[in-house]
Amino acid sequence: MTYATCLACRECGREFPLEPLHVCDFCFGPLEVAYDHDGIQSKITRERIESGPRSIWRYIDLLPVDEDFIVDLNVGWTPLLKADRLAERLGMRELWIKNDTCNPSWSFKDRVVAVASSRARQLGFQTLACASTGNLANSVSAHAARAGMEAIVFIPHDLEAGKVLGSAVYNPTIVSVNGSYDDVNRLCSELADNRHWAFVNINVRPYYAEGSRTLAYEVAEQLGWRAPRQVVAPMASGSLFTKIHKGFQEFQQYGLIEETPVRMIGAQAEGCSPITTAWRNETTNIRPVKPDTIAKSLAIGNPADGYYALKTMKRTDGGSTAVTDPEVVEGIQMLAECEGVFAETAGGVTIAGLRQAIETGQVDPDETTVAFITGGGLKTADAVVEHVTQPIPVEGTLQSFEDAFAEEVGAPQAVGVGG
Amino acid sequence: MATRRVRFTFEGDAVKEPVIYLVGHEFEVVTNIRMADVEHDFGWVVLELDGDHDEIDRALAWVSDKGVRVDPVAGDVVES
Repeated sequence: MTYATCLACRECGREFPLEPLHVCDFCFGPLEVAYDHDGIQSKITRERIESGPRSIWRYIDLLPVDEDFIVDLNVGWTPLLKADRLAERLGMRELWIKNDTCNPSWSFKDRVVAVASSRARQLGFQTLACASTGNLANSVSAHAARAGMEAIVFIPHDLEAGKVLGSAVYNPTIVSVNGSYDDVNRLCSELADNRHWAFVNINVRPYYAEGSRTLAYEVAEQLGWRAPRQVVAPMASGSLFTKIHKGFQEFQQYGLIEETPVRMIGAQAEGCSPITTAWRNETTNIRPVKPDTIAKSLAIGNPADGYYALKTMKRTDGGSTAVTDPEVVEGIQMLAECEGVFAETAGGVTIAGLRQAIETGQVDPDETTVAFITGGGLKTADAVVEHVTQPIPVEGTLQSFEDAFAEEVGAPQAVGVGG
Repeated sequence: MATRRVRFTFEGDAVKEPVIYLVGHEFEVVTNIRMADVEHDFGWVVLELDGDHDEIDRALAWVSDKGVRVDPVAGDVVES
């Protein structure tokens, strides 16, 4: 049975029942799941977690879902790779890559949607919905299929066909909205109030957001029950960023890891960097922007949790970066060439942001650092297609190969045999 | 009757305009401010609007035309 007790307003602290609510009725602040910490404390141990499934559900004691309602696509427990070659390239001592490209629909969204869809099922919803241009729609469609629920996905009318395919294959209802992104925002916000649908990032957002904490839990466990000293994570709405920090704090609170200050450094693309801009201007007032970047999965111009991301940076002595689109491509290439991990553009933002954070002194290259890679590269292959190795054309003869290979790579070395 | 929860963002000269007063004056809409943070050249106000659905739409279109950004209270919900 879940230890979630209520929803609490992050601004005024008022409490609400565990229903499909996301905004405080009194001050309109965002709601967050609250837990029975004593109950969790009395039950949770490292051994209990280690004996659980190799997925986010090994942390079910910390999630707002009862076991009977889990929608299980085996999400999470993704690899934590020690990135020695990339560390050397960046002049770092100890760098780890949390590779969340390995989730069932190839992005970290599976974590949040797994929790949202499970809670939606517990709340009696038959339909999952979202407004999305890619990763979120893929994950909602996959989880609805797995759960036998209906899925309704709202997309902007001008979305490329290739981006729809990753959702369409699961057979959701896809609604193409003839209007701007703002129009889609408004329409879906109204529908969330008027229909009995679980809009994963609107009316069940408090549960949805909780799934991101599992990234921190896994990293701490995979590091041998310790927290890193520094984290670099991408920021869109800012929710992932704040929840990673919360996850480390909770593990410390429950005595699962030692108390270690974790410095939180955010990464955005310059073409959509409202949080970094506010950080640099030393204000918590975030000015919405119109996104213009290849990092589409981070293109949220009016970030719902931006204010809380800024507070997290300040509280942890962290920082924030913004990188150009060419730097994003370089980041993707560095990660692929050094570590064999092909990330989408958000991963390029993270790696380029890490490099910028080192150059600007926001990241100490001698401290243990984890960089979060949140989505697979095939989702944004267009971003790098003109920047990658091209094939060497040859005829099907040895001579043709030797000639072409010598021209491209240099003369082949003789292979000596015997002594 | 309908209720809408929205966030107005003001930049530059729009900060000086009594936009919320005028919404209540020009349209059959009741405004109820819940949170706000306004500086000399920038500010945001979170408020509730009560009125006929179409009248609220007209009021919000008018607010947008005044150069004030109008968003759902939950921020952007279109995610990748």
